[in-house]
Amino acid sequence: MSEALRIDGVHKRFGELEVLKGIDLRVDEHEVVCLIGASGSGKSTLLRCIDLLEPVNAGSVLIRGRDVTAKGIDQNEVRRQVGIVFQSFNLFPHMTVLRNVTLAPTRVLGKGRSDADSDAHTLLARFGLDDKAGEYPDRLSGGQQQRVAIVRALAMEPSVLLLDEITSALDPELVAEVLDVIRELAAQGMTMVIATHEMAFARDVANRVCFLDDGRILEEGPPDRIFSEPTNERTRRFLDRIIAAGRM
Amino acid sequence: MGQPGLQEWGVGDPGAPPEGRRSKLLEPLRGEGVKGVAIAVASTIVVLGLLIYFAIHSPTWADFKQQFLSGAEFRRSFPDVLDAFKRNIFYFLTAEPIILGIALLLAVMRSLRGPVFFPLRLLATIYIDLFRGLPTILVVYMLGFGVPALRIPGFPVSGWFWGWVGLILSYSAYVAEVYRAGIDSIHPSQTAAARALGLSRWQTLQSVVIPQAVRRVVPPLMNDFIALQKDTAVIAIVSGTFPESFLMAQIYQAGDFNFTPILGTALCFLVITIPTTRFTDWQLERQRRRRQAGAAL
Repeated sequence: MSEALRIDGVHKRFGELEVLKGIDLRVDEHEVVCLIGASGSGKSTLLRCIDLLEPVNAGSVLIRGRDVTAKGIDQNEVRRQVGIVFQSFNLFPHMTVLRNVTLAPTRVLGKGRSDADSDAHTLLARFGLDDKAGEYPDRLSGGQQQRVAIVRALAMEPSVLLLDEITSALDPELVAEVLDVIRELAAQGMTMVIATHEMAFARDVANRVCFLDDGRILEEGPPDRIFSEPTNERTRRFLDRIIAAGRM
Repeated sequence: MGQPGLQEWGVGDPGAPPEGRRSKLLEPLRGEGVKGVAIAVASTIVVLGLLIYFAIHSPTWADFKQQFLSGAEFRRSFPDVLDAFKRNIFYFLTAEPIILGIALLLAVMRSLRGPVFFPLRLLATIYIDLFRGLPTILVVYMLGFGVPALRIPGFPVSGWFWGWVGLILSYSAYVAEVYRAGIDSIHPSQTAAARALGLSRWQTLQSVVIPQAVRRVVPPLMNDFIALQKDTAVIAIVSGTFPESFLMAQIYQAGDFNFTPILGTALCFLVITIPTTRFTDWQLERQRRRRQAGAAL
């Protein structure tokens, strides 16, 4: 299988605090990788580094074989290929759902307005949101907003989709509708890196699970092995806590 | 209540009632019933009645009336004062759009990040510090008398024109700060979301940050607009042979030794500024209501 994303020895510091302490990760095309680990372990920072929202201090990120952390790289061009969905949705509140979705295709890809509109309608319909096209984000439920945010990222036809704890800000009853969207995307072969606290979902959707602890990937492997027989002591303790909290 | 400044920015006032009608003059009367209203009306009549009674029966009332409320003087001066007020209206109506444009440019210059833009940032900062730090009347005086005196070929030589330019320069600095506060109030996650979609810095500012920022600062912008309306009177000191309302009133007052014309000017200003103030309050209240209804503006 060809390689969609490779991360080589990535370090990231915020001032004195080193958040990523040498991350190596390889993601193949059509692969779904879930990042698990406690809050503060570096999951979100890693995703933000992949999308160049944070500059890395050392190491490199390769997208389809191209080093995007090299000097002279057009960051805007890289971000067109990498989609990211945030925990807090971050829809643009002054734009309708439709305009949220078409903004980047029209402004960045130079698509015509009517082309972009019809593409957006198709995408929205696929996720059961077409009747919301004319609404403003504040009229939508959290689950709907997050699905729009996913559609907004998909409208750029990214080669990799990064999902940063996208259900953490949702009411429990709204989580399922968002996770279903991700399952569908996985089934269609979308390459994804997913930071999540939803262990059952990770077990279900991931081809591979990486356990992050204190800025390092301590353990990685197929979900069945990680969740049933983790070899690392810290992974075991983390999963025990999750089970004790009734989250798995 | 308190902290009206903070409320304008949507910062304070977390415990306002859902209908968001706190600042209304008549609000305390709500729920008081017929008896409450009757008491309010009666006490108002008594208080105002006493004030008017003592004013009219004070020993200086006759002098005061003659000096400030002379009907004859009003009839003589007011048509000219009102006519001159058209210039005030012209000044603020033409200055305001220019100020909004310059100020937005300054605010954007100041918000640009990265070492490449340092000169622009520095320039904008110096400009804003300078004109925010100077009394408006001083700027108007300096330009209104100073520039015409230089007799630079091709430059207008009328005092009012340079006074008008002075107002624009001065107010642009204030309005730029209002815009900047608005830009700063947009959460960084909005920028992150836009940049993540591949929008450039400039596209992000243009499509995502500025539209939201401008919406948020409409009420404080309106306050500056009201201040500008009033400060058109400052042009009086340089308007010379093209008197605006205040100078026209001064001319009558100086000739007749009577202050009634000045009161006429005051009336002109109030007719414009009070509705604008009410409108601004209404806007503020609407924003507060929408925020409380969960709208993100």
